[in-house]
Amino acid sequence: MERKEAQRRFEYSGVLPRLFVRIGVLPFLLLIALIVFTALSERFLTAENLITVARQATYLAIVAMGQMLALLTGGFDLSVGKIVAITSVITALTMAPLAAAHPDATATTLTLGILAGIGAGTLVGVVNGVGVALFNVSPFMMTLGTAAISFGIALTLTSGVPVYGIPDAFGTIFSFARIFDIPSPVYVTAGLFVAMYVLLNWTRMGRYFYAVGGNLKASRLSGINTRFYLFMAYVLCGALAAVAGALLTARLETGEANIGASMPLDSIAACVIGGVSLRGGIGHVGNVVLGAIFIGLIQNGMDLAQIQSYLQEVVIGVLLILAVIADQLRQFVMLRLKD
Amino acid sequence: MSTQTLAQAEGVGVGSTAPTPILQAQGVSKQFPGVLALDAVDFELPAGEVHVLFGENGAGKSTLIQILAGVHAPTEGGIRFRGQPVELQGVHHARTLGISAVFQEFSLVPTLTIEENLFLGAELTNHGVLDKAALHRQADDILKRLGFPLRPRQRVQDLTRAEQQMVEIAKAFRTDLSVLILDEPTASLTDREAERLFAMIEQAKSRGVGIVYVTHRMREIHRLGDRVTVLRDGKRVATLNVADADDDRLLQLMTGRVISQVFPKIAYRPERTLLEISQLTTADNAVRGVSLSVRGGEVVGLAGLIGSGKSVVGRACFGLEHLASGRVSFDGRDVTGRSARAMLDLGAFYLPPDRREEGLVMMRSVRENVSLPWLAARPFSRFGFIDRGSEGAQVRDLAERLNLQPRNIEHDLERLSGGNQQKVLLAKGLVSAVKLFILDEPTVGVDVGTRVAIYGFIRDLCESGAGILLISSDLPEILHLTNRTYVMYRGDMRAELDGAEITEDRVLANFFERTRA
Repeated sequence: MERKEAQRRFEYSGVLPRLFVRIGVLPFLLLIALIVFTALSERFLTAENLITVARQATYLAIVAMGQMLALLTGGFDLSVGKIVAITSVITALTMAPLAAAHPDATATTLTLGILAGIGAGTLVGVVNGVGVALFNVSPFMMTLGTAAISFGIALTLTSGVPVYGIPDAFGTIFSFARIFDIPSPVYVTAGLFVAMYVLLNWTRMGRYFYAVGGNLKASRLSGINTRFYLFMAYVLCGALAAVAGALLTARLETGEANIGASMPLDSIAACVIGGVSLRGGIGHVGNVVLGAIFIGLIQNGMDLAQIQSYLQEVVIGVLLILAVIADQLRQFVMLRLKD
Repeated sequence: MSTQTLAQAEGVGVGSTAPTPILQAQGVSKQFPGVLALDAVDFELPAGEVHVLFGENGAGKSTLIQILAGVHAPTEGGIRFRGQPVELQGVHHARTLGISAVFQEFSLVPTLTIEENLFLGAELTNHGVLDKAALHRQADDILKRLGFPLRPRQRVQDLTRAEQQMVEIAKAFRTDLSVLILDEPTASLTDREAERLFAMIEQAKSRGVGIVYVTHRMREIHRLGDRVTVLRDGKRVATLNVADADDDRLLQLMTGRVISQVFPKIAYRPERTLLEISQLTTADNAVRGVSLSVRGGEVVGLAGLIGSGKSVVGRACFGLEHLASGRVSFDGRDVTGRSARAMLDLGAFYLPPDRREEGLVMMRSVRENVSLPWLAARPFSRFGFIDRGSEGAQVRDLAERLNLQPRNIEHDLERLSGGNQQKVLLAKGLVSAVKLFILDEPTVGVDVGTRVAIYGFIRDLCESGAGILLISSDLPEILHLTNRTYVMYRGDMRAELDGAEITEDRVLANFFERTRA
């Protein structure tokens, strides 16, 4: 018995396990990805390519930050992809007729279109929040249901075909413009990241998201209106997904009902790889963004290495499962290290 | 240390026991992170004996039976079964040897039927197909033999707690039983059901089954027990024949300390009434027509067994129970049914009995836990943002006052010992100016050091004018800390005792069923 204990202690006292417990699996993965893809393609590690990665990763990063809120409170949001879709459709459907009727009032057209689109996406988040927080519907069923509803509405409105007629300025400003060589969506993401960082670390609401997800009963006994904060997590998640939807519409220059299908999986993967606990209560927004960038890097690297996109799905799925296993392993090692 | 305990124990122990015990624990210790739950405990159980384990919460009773039942492996020491050393690989392994335990937490699948539960993991099959007829017949046999009024095809979720317990016990009797471990089995039973359980225990005993019986009810020790082992702070204090063990002796062995060192002297200066509960009845009838009052500057006890409704009273004050009738007023204001937030803002604090379940956010830091109820107000909130500087300063100060170990307030709570977690829970009530503390089992499962620290705080709070309602099933706590005590029994208020009236006899007399005259 004595010997077994000693052996165990020896096994987990290394530097690597300690580092692993401290920072999680993500930095290791990022390092491996960088090395592998640099070896596979010389175009990978260039400034221009890394900027491309940053721009491609922005949409996922924004959605993942929203997803993180749902995960922190101990739930998740499977409707983020369809929120992106319905935002895209509503944005385009609002802008197209306005642009046709008043070709000169571009600023008004863009503002109204963005507001309508983000409003529609946020509304889905509101419905999710009402279901989960007020009616105690499990997040799984609730968000799966609203995903179906949103998708149905988006398809009905567009008959499944892309919506054209968005003013060129939308794409120019919100997708292709560059300031100091950095594409505009990256600035939007950076701004949202700062806002999220402040929200989660310096405001009551952020603190309460962690508390509610960590222990609902203890939070209620501490006088926290747990229903309200659960509700807000889904509203903000919906709003963030909607922002990503609007930006993606600017990128595509059309409104499409079929975009965002991989968002639920990718955003949950980004969070989990970034160390957000599926049990709620744990996670850092910085790591979530890194998780999204990591997935962007993988996709970009595989593109350059000419791995076909169907196979890329396989890789993302495998990575997600590995990240969850790594998280379990980390819990295990952490308990062992405690003594 | 262990030899000394052994010698000491043998001094009061019993010389003549049956030849080879069925089950023996030798110098068993169990170290949990930060806590030595069992410290070199010896225990032996001859065939046909009912051996009672007696001790306070946290004395190590549960840890010992968990080790005997194969739930935990001991860190040191060993177990012998019928004289042979065994290393129990788990509950299932223990069961195959004939050692079965019925814990307070049931291990039943609520959505399955009684017969499916009885044979879970040992289903009878015929050419790979479930032999449901045989299963039903055997389940029926077991239930009939035990005299339980249950039908094998009932779903477990439709049963009462007492009936579920019968299923647990029946499960133990499914295989050839040599050791039966029962953890407070009568806690949820009516008198009649308890009598049937006792009859069954006697029947098992006559067939040579050894029985380990955990309880803190004196009556049951005398009714059933052959020998009793008293545990305290993880150590075995004594093993004696029940015939030699009168109640006073057992209580003294259980608490065992120089009382004056543990319990502080409190100067009570009762002032105006802070909390007034009148004729409170909850919607689920767990509490019926209960009235009590707490004034500033006093410690009022609310005693009773688990399930007596004493916890419900505390919860009802914090808006956590549905009320059928009655009134709660605080500081002259009617607060019946007000929320936890409202009560906190008025200056009342409720400390729940189960810190993991309702008290703390285990994966977050000490700092975040302590400030959680008070973030909306100064000094933690400034211009809508959290002032992390003053939050840290305030929490560090409290950690200092409570002597939190380790002192680092950024540690998450999973990494603290039970005693230190309990200090964090208490600290949540010390941040703001609180006038009334409702403390439900404030010292459950903590070591003596923490106990002393917590009692010290109760004294300080009381002497500075706060009112304290101490809800506790820990008798010494009630006897030594309170200046007034209410005793509840099964949802009713049984007695109110004042000052010198708070004696062991008078409290205990109201703890249990009144003896039938």
